[in-house]
Amino acid sequence: MAFRLKLVPEHTSFDFFKHQWLTFGASVAAVIISIILPIVMGLNFGIDFRGGTTIRTESTQVIDVASYRQALSTLDLGDVSITEVFDPSFRADQHVAMIRIQAQGDTQAITPEQIGTIEAALKTADPEVRFISTESVGPKVSGELIWTAVWSVLAAAGAIVVYVWVRFEWQYSIGALASLVHDVVLTVGLFALFQLKFDLTIIAALLTILGYSINDTVVVFDRLRENLVKYKTMPLKDVMNISVNETLSRTVMTSGTTLISLISLIVLGGDVIRNFVLAMTWGVVVGTYSSVYVAKNIVLFIGLDRNKKPGDPSDKFFTEGAANADH
Amino acid sequence: MLQIPLWKRVVIIGLCVIGLGMAAPNLFYNRVEGHNDALRTLERSGALSDEQAAAKAAWPDWLPSGLVNLGLDLRGGAHLLAEVHLSEVYKARMDALWPEARKALSGERTTIGSIRRVASPDGELRIQIGNADQIAAAVAAVKALATPVVTLTGVGQSDIEVTGQGDTITIRLSEAEQAATDDRTMQQSLEIVRRRVDAAGTREPTIMRQGSDRILIEVPGIGSAAELKSLIGTTAKLTFHQVVGRSSNPDQPAGSGNVILPDANTQGIYYILDQVPVVSGDELTDARPETDQNGYPAVGFRFNPTGARAFGDFTQNHIGEPFAIVLDGKVISAPVIQSHIAGGSGIITGRFSSQEATDLALLLRAGALPAGMTFLEERTIGPELGADSIAGGRMAAAVGFVAVVAVMIASYGLFGLFASIALMINIGLIFGVMSMIGSTLTLPGIAGIVLTMGTAVDANVLIFERIREELRTAKGAARAIELGFEKAMSAIVDANVTTFITGVILFVLGAGPVRGFAVTLIIGILTSVFTAIYVTRLMVSAWYDRRRPKTIEL
Repeated sequence: MAFRLKLVPEHTSFDFFKHQWLTFGASVAAVIISIILPIVMGLNFGIDFRGGTTIRTESTQVIDVASYRQALSTLDLGDVSITEVFDPSFRADQHVAMIRIQAQGDTQAITPEQIGTIEAALKTADPEVRFISTESVGPKVSGELIWTAVWSVLAAAGAIVVYVWVRFEWQYSIGALASLVHDVVLTVGLFALFQLKFDLTIIAALLTILGYSINDTVVVFDRLRENLVKYKTMPLKDVMNISVNETLSRTVMTSGTTLISLISLIVLGGDVIRNFVLAMTWGVVVGTYSSVYVAKNIVLFIGLDRNKKPGDPSDKFFTEGAANADH
Repeated sequence: MLQIPLWKRVVIIGLCVIGLGMAAPNLFYNRVEGHNDALRTLERSGALSDEQAAAKAAWPDWLPSGLVNLGLDLRGGAHLLAEVHLSEVYKARMDALWPEARKALSGERTTIGSIRRVASPDGELRIQIGNADQIAAAVAAVKALATPVVTLTGVGQSDIEVTGQGDTITIRLSEAEQAATDDRTMQQSLEIVRRRVDAAGTREPTIMRQGSDRILIEVPGIGSAAELKSLIGTTAKLTFHQVVGRSSNPDQPAGSGNVILPDANTQGIYYILDQVPVVSGDELTDARPETDQNGYPAVGFRFNPTGARAFGDFTQNHIGEPFAIVLDGKVISAPVIQSHIAGGSGIITGRFSSQEATDLALLLRAGALPAGMTFLEERTIGPELGADSIAGGRMAAAVGFVAVVAVMIASYGLFGLFASIALMINIGLIFGVMSMIGSTLTLPGIAGIVLTMGTAVDANVLIFERIREELRTAKGAARAIELGFEKAMSAIVDANVTTFITGVILFVLGAGPVRGFAVTLIIGILTSVFTAIYVTRLMVSAWYDRRRPKTIEL
């Protein structure tokens, strides 16, 4: 037999419930910590959510943050934060800084005149400075964006739960919901812990995580449903173990290829989308974990009604569809 | 058993060829873009410079020339979100109604007594009458001015609501009329913004309505949001007023029905004007830069017949009196009427530079915005940032692709190679579909494509793992392959439908770059299911037919 890279041995029979109190307990603890963290430490909201202006500057000189701050201090702009950005993809003489200024006024974005004075002030501090991008969001819009973001996450989770409910049974959808909440909360927790910038793109990442995590969970559920028909008398717990073991190789392969792509983006994709990709990478990791350790545990807690006639009418459609594709 | 009917093979291969053909122009992005730009110029002006003709010839006309649009974050440009002050239009409507109402009421003066406009909140007209006991008659007289609203929902409603209380009549727009007015205001604002941005000749601007009172404007390639703002933000509301008096005191009471406005050129000079304009810029049909009799830059204009008549009547009756030309709340000039101006054309002189005269003419030609705007959001992205992002994304995609292919081939051998070819076709198809529907690629969109590379092989992994399992139960190779495809189907469908759902929600609720990400995600799901199932299957069956292996290694 030719050489094959086997990330997972051909036959595995891990008992995924052996340490279930440890793994599940760890998940619960992580979720609780991830809820507390944003409350205690707060999230580092980007201007999308709290209004304000960010200016990205580039200079051939090394950036002296103090002199930038000095230059802006006379302008009475309120809260100003200046951070230098480092990235392996930058050229040797490429020095980038991000300047964030709190919202001025209560509805509008910043005016061109204000930007003009800010840029002029920075020019006196560093004549080489160039302004690469300026983004300004008025508080009126940012307030709405928060709600749109919350709604979109809830709507996506809700739609997924309904789909799982229709395709499987309600117990599965509770399990799926639990793992979705787990993944989203843990990602938000990570952003609070490291105070990474949380903006609209992170919401997109959260939704992608939802999609990815449920993808993984559904594959396990799908196999579970199939095995429940096959092993009618085996205890539910054992059927679950068989199902996870059977799909383990696929789970590891898919997570692996996805992580490879994401890591290449983290390293090479530049600093603008790094947080976005970071959120997704973390999400893939916790999403894979949750589909193995969270979703099915919940289903086991609730229990399944196994006396129901096997073969939900809804899965007929797809097996027939598949059969038709052969002719 | 593994046979795929001929028609199906033709369809699968055909779709791949079409998709890849549509994607191909993106490989020659600059050349095709030059070609498309040249075509657009040709359409607009009918002639090409040598340079443009060369650009047009650089890409054959008969080849597909659709390109993936690059989003602002990749190309650089400006983005604005403007809120239109809809209620300003109500105020203008009420101001315009006052002379009519006065006329209607003056017919009844014997019964209702004196008529006076009193202060009111914006969007309302309040008229005080002398005899409070005749209020019903006054209300009836004003009500006669109402006209029915012609909208689907507002059937049976009239455009104004008239109520009387004590000695005061209050008039405001009815709800149906407000809705209709809002809609007209938005349409008009959109159209005018579009014309102004188009006049500046930028490439593929996005101008669209968002929500009830907002306009999203995205213009690639423009230097800054400030530039874009000055292009569209100037209201250029031009009106002609009767001058009541002059003053040096801005706080001087102007008197009922009058306004006091500053002079645009000299500080400290104010004009007291009749609030109701004689003619407004809406009635202009043309405006162009000219020079006045002293050789200074000026703007020539021409009214439509209604405007010309109103202007003609006014000038005839007020010879020797000054009238004011007001632009955006400032008096730009207040010449004395020398003679009856009958033709409906004239020139505006002010202290313009020739550039200002050209700009003003352009703004007047495009028409005035019906209402002011506030900018809620503005973003400027420099082209270099976008170029860096594209370079980074491209590099990451290449490395990610090679790595994924390496893992797939190492894990599944020949089948892994099939999956890798399918993946390559998949990426081609994503670009093909995006070019076909003209959707926009953003930086998160690039991340979406890279992510799709990781997940696209999922369907193949599911199938291959399943085939392996079926092989273990010692079925023949062909049967195992067939069962593998068949049994993996339900997991593939479920897994992709759920991701599709999140993609759709992202698209509906997201904006800008996030929406771009949703588009690539959705297209990626569709194409990856197609390539992973059908294209791979085609390759597997072709290979099987040729080799007829007794056993397969997977």
